[in-house]
Amino acid sequence: MTKSSSSSTVIKAEKLNLDFETNDGVVHALRDLDLEIEAGEFVSFIGPSGCGKTTFLRVIADLETPTAGSIAVNGQTPDQARLARAYGYVFQAPALLSWRTINRNISLPLEIMGLSRAEQQERVERTINLVGLDGFGGKFPWQLSGGMQQRASIARALAFDADLMLMDEPFGALDEIVRDHLNEQVLQLWKKTGKTICFVTHSIPEAVYLSTKIVVMSPRPGRITDVITSDLPDDRPLDIRETPKFLEIAQRVREGLREGHADE
Amino acid sequence: MTNLQKLLNAAATLCGFYALVTGIGALSPALLVAAGLVIAGGLRLSPVLAGAWPGAWSIVMRSQFDLLISFVAAGAVLAALHDGMAGAVWAIAIAAWLHGWLAVEKTIADDARSMGHNWVVSLGVPLFFGFWLLFFWEALTIGLGIPTVLLPPPSMIGARLVSSTAILMADFRQTFLKAVLAGYAIGCGSAVLVAILVDRNDFLRRGLLPIGNFISALPIIGVAPIMVMWFGFDWQSKAAVIVIMTFFPMMVNTLSGLSAASVMERDLLNTYAAGYWQSLFKLRLPAAMPFIFNALKINSTLALIGAIVAEFFGTPIVGIGFRISTEVGRMNLDMVWAEIAVAALAGSASYGALSLLERRVTFWHPSYRTE
Repeated sequence: MTKSSSSSTVIKAEKLNLDFETNDGVVHALRDLDLEIEAGEFVSFIGPSGCGKTTFLRVIADLETPTAGSIAVNGQTPDQARLARAYGYVFQAPALLSWRTINRNISLPLEIMGLSRAEQQERVERTINLVGLDGFGGKFPWQLSGGMQQRASIARALAFDADLMLMDEPFGALDEIVRDHLNEQVLQLWKKTGKTICFVTHSIPEAVYLSTKIVVMSPRPGRITDVITSDLPDDRPLDIRETPKFLEIAQRVREGLREGHADE
Repeated sequence: MTNLQKLLNAAATLCGFYALVTGIGALSPALLVAAGLVIAGGLRLSPVLAGAWPGAWSIVMRSQFDLLISFVAAGAVLAALHDGMAGAVWAIAIAAWLHGWLAVEKTIADDARSMGHNWVVSLGVPLFFGFWLLFFWEALTIGLGIPTVLLPPPSMIGARLVSSTAILMADFRQTFLKAVLAGYAIGCGSAVLVAILVDRNDFLRRGLLPIGNFISALPIIGVAPIMVMWFGFDWQSKAAVIVIMTFFPMMVNTLSGLSAASVMERDLLNTYAAGYWQSLFKLRLPAAMPFIFNALKINSTLALIGAIVAEFFGTPIVGIGFRISTEVGRMNLDMVWAEIAVAALAGSASYGALSLLERRVTFWHPSYRTE
């Protein structure tokens, strides 16, 4: 199910390598990564810890610099893309500034980008509504539950309307029920906004439920072992997870993960 | 009643009996009334009487009565102080104190049970402590006839505070309003600015930090005379000493504060392509505020000490430090204590004001959060 009618490449990685120098020698965080992501796709990166899925996301965001190979974001270098505010990044933890209210946290990127007060307010209202936090804008982050905080951080990433969303295990620290709920919401957001989403997870059901494309990765060295295109229907109620189609894809992801482990 | 409360009550009552028995002929009427009150107050709390009139009695049981008894007895003792302290008077003094303690115990127990914050209790208890400290200071210095050169009674210091207000105000103005405030503002302000520079520049960090360490280790006693040579006798040289004293604590605290923002928060600002100044003002300085306030509080006491000590080394004929050093030489210890009281009040007031400000600014910090 490719949504994009005018299919354009958002991310293009070729022979991407990233090595970390550590005290125990060189760690190959990413080895010869080749990947293309089209506009409007929902791509999940799944794999065990140390497989480089977060590192790859950080390379896209220009928070890490690759040692070899090339990567383009919207046809630009990651550095240019970052300066052009091409993406919104959602971290593993909400990372909300505790001296700012939820409203002011959401408007933080807008302030930095120099939008007018009126524009800021309009966008904060719109995005806070999008993540279902109406009425909580005047609260401070520490007055909200973990799930609400993470929703606020998603609103913050949405506020400046970048076409690309990078989400690094955003729901990893939340309990199953809250997580299901937020997964549904993310899916709806994606449908409503048509953004390209890169989503790091280590939950197979989460990856299959959300994605149009699943990138299976394996560690030491971090590399891609399988890229699965999901043909689940657009409309995904939570109980789609019990259908044979879903389980079939999940099975393929599981096999990909196992394969990555087999050659250790 | 808890066991402690019972014990306090019993001890106070015994003291009352002792005073009445030993002093029945010698005590002043006021003291006799006080002794009677102490005994009556003690007996009213005995389980026998409380059982007899359970209803109406509960009002009389309240802690305010203990407090009243305690203050009446204390007043009677203070009034009789100059006539010499017999054993019976001491017994009443102790009984008064025990009753006061009992009142506080009861109030605190009630307060712990009730929800919310009671300002009367949280202000009243330290005031109460202060009162009894002064009471026994007064009673012991006068009752035991301690020479005023060693320790003047608080009443004498109080009288001096009232009679020498003009001198004290002039000294306060010179030492606190001029030297301390100027030195404190320059020292703390420049330290924050330098810390921001040092944080940005690795060369400064490596070069300036060790030198800053060295300067902070300088004994101010040694530096003060030099500052007087450089900046003259007036308050400027004292301000200079304060700048030296306060600079380093503020710089070190600001530096660690500037690195208090988490890696994730910095990454976040990076993803917005925020500039250096934007991330400084929107993230790093706010995150550093708890550290900065820590240094502001430390420095507020350091600054006062610095100004007073620096005045020992040359000053125009005004100032808290100047007055202390000259009045000691003239054996006017009440004046010395009065100056100490002024300095202590100024120090506590500025510390308190800083704490209040800190609560307002860093309300978000886990130690101040209110849900």
